[in-house]
Amino acid sequence: MAKITFIDSNKIEITVEADSGSVMELAVQNGISGIDGDCGGVCSCATCHVHVAAEDMDKVGAANEIEQDMLELDDNVNEFSRLCCQIQISEQLDGVTLTVAAE
Amino acid sequence: MLEHTQNQTCVVIGASHAGVNFAFSLRKQGYAGNITLIDIDPTLPYHRPPLSKAYLTSDNDIASNALKAADSYIKENIKLMLGTKVAKIDAEHKHVIMADGTNIQFDQLVIATGARPFIPPIEGLTTASNLYPLRTAADVTKIKTALKQSEHKRVVIIGGGYIGLETAASMQKLGAQVTVLEREERILARVTAPEMSSFFQQLHADNGVNVLTSKNVASIQTNNGHNQVICADGEQFDADVIVVGVGIRVNSEIAADAGLTEDNGIHVNESAQTNVKNIYAIGDCAYHYNPHFARFIRLESVQNALDQGKVAAANICGKDTQYDTIPWFWSDQYDIKLQMVGLSQGYNKIVKRTEPSDNHKFSVWYFKDDELLAVDAVNNAKAYVLGTKFIKNRSKVDKQKLADLTVDFKADTLVIN
Repeated sequence: MAKITFIDSNKIEITVEADSGSVMELAVQNGISGIDGDCGGVCSCATCHVHVAAEDMDKVGAANEIEQDMLELDDNVNEFSRLCCQIQISEQLDGVTLTVAAE
Repeated sequence: MLEHTQNQTCVVIGASHAGVNFAFSLRKQGYAGNITLIDIDPTLPYHRPPLSKAYLTSDNDIASNALKAADSYIKENIKLMLGTKVAKIDAEHKHVIMADGTNIQFDQLVIATGARPFIPPIEGLTTASNLYPLRTAADVTKIKTALKQSEHKRVVIIGGGYIGLETAASMQKLGAQVTVLEREERILARVTAPEMSSFFQQLHADNGVNVLTSKNVASIQTNNGHNQVICADGEQFDADVIVVGVGIRVNSEIAADAGLTEDNGIHVNESAQTNVKNIYAIGDCAYHYNPHFARFIRLESVQNALDQGKVAAANICGKDTQYDTIPWFWSDQYDIKLQMVGLSQGYNKIVKRTEPSDNHKFSVWYFKDDELLAVDAVNNAKAYVLGTKFIKNRSKVDKQKLADLTVDFKADTLVIN
């Protein structure tokens, strides 16, 4: 089980738990504002953009190549950016904080 | 919150990508009245694109594919009426009439009825065994069940468009022996250049799927649950399961009956409004103007459904907003990720750029003279992103440099100032 904290687009902090699936699915199931996941999780739409807390980058890991390219469609991209449909939930993610990137 | 909307009701017919996202956008824009979403499909609204892809090959429950969690509708006070058929729109008296005779009064109506699979008039088709279209979660359940129960797992797919090809790839993954029958001389003929058609033809061949072109299905003969698909040229194919993917028909009858202008979709202006005030149409069913390409079009895509929903929501909430998006699409087959941006129709020049890579990484760029119209990117999100920016900005792209792999693949080097 991993506890994941989201800071949504209204700056509200919400902590949820899961043990499998993608972080995007978890966010949608919990109605996290600002995570749309329009393409259903296939890295095609860039509507699940989060900024990983700096100290959690090691746990979450860096974006893959396709993800990095897709992130360039978003003006708010930085070195902590991930498309969270590409982050799979595992115990390793326990305690991480993800901030929804501003639209 | 918009106080003047407090006692109003917005009714949405159709709860798929367009209708659902519209409803949530409307709430986000401050609409304070009732929002009622109606759909004939009894399932909690779900993502459609995975139906022919990941959902077909997995054992996941459809709930894992939900567009929004069930709780989100409650939280946003959006009323869902699923498994409910709308019989009629009374535009004059502003109410919709359900199949069971009940009425709902509306202040604003949004038609997001989408489309249904076109079932071609092929002899024997209606009596064939295990023959299905693929558009709803229920269709997929039937296809999966039929395949599981079939001994030989011989699947014939009628139609070599995206639905047919994605379904072919998925069914092959499930252990089926798949044949695709395409009527045209090449697959994806209506939507891509010959370069893309040959690539996908080869991709499917490499994966053991038999893709045949210039195959017009003339009839289907069924005896004791066993189908023979017979083509006009006399060739015959045994089929335990048949999937039909030959295009769609727009669900616009209900709009036409209500006196809305309709022809290849429900006509809307740049604000997603029909010719009747307070009635909007969005998504697959809307025939709309695209300012970038300066023509009227109808699109079958998630992007179009979502963006038109946002435009309609903003306009209903009093924010004058116009639909102006470059269309984009995607398709996943095997380990191939295809991303498309723009509209290639009317192109007269193609540039193909193949990256040095061992996993099919290339892009096809469609030009009309010097104008970049569209890009099809295979395993190449960078090409997709660059293409999106170039089309949006109407950048003039150096075609020679684009095709030259020694030139850096980035905006600075490719755009002619």
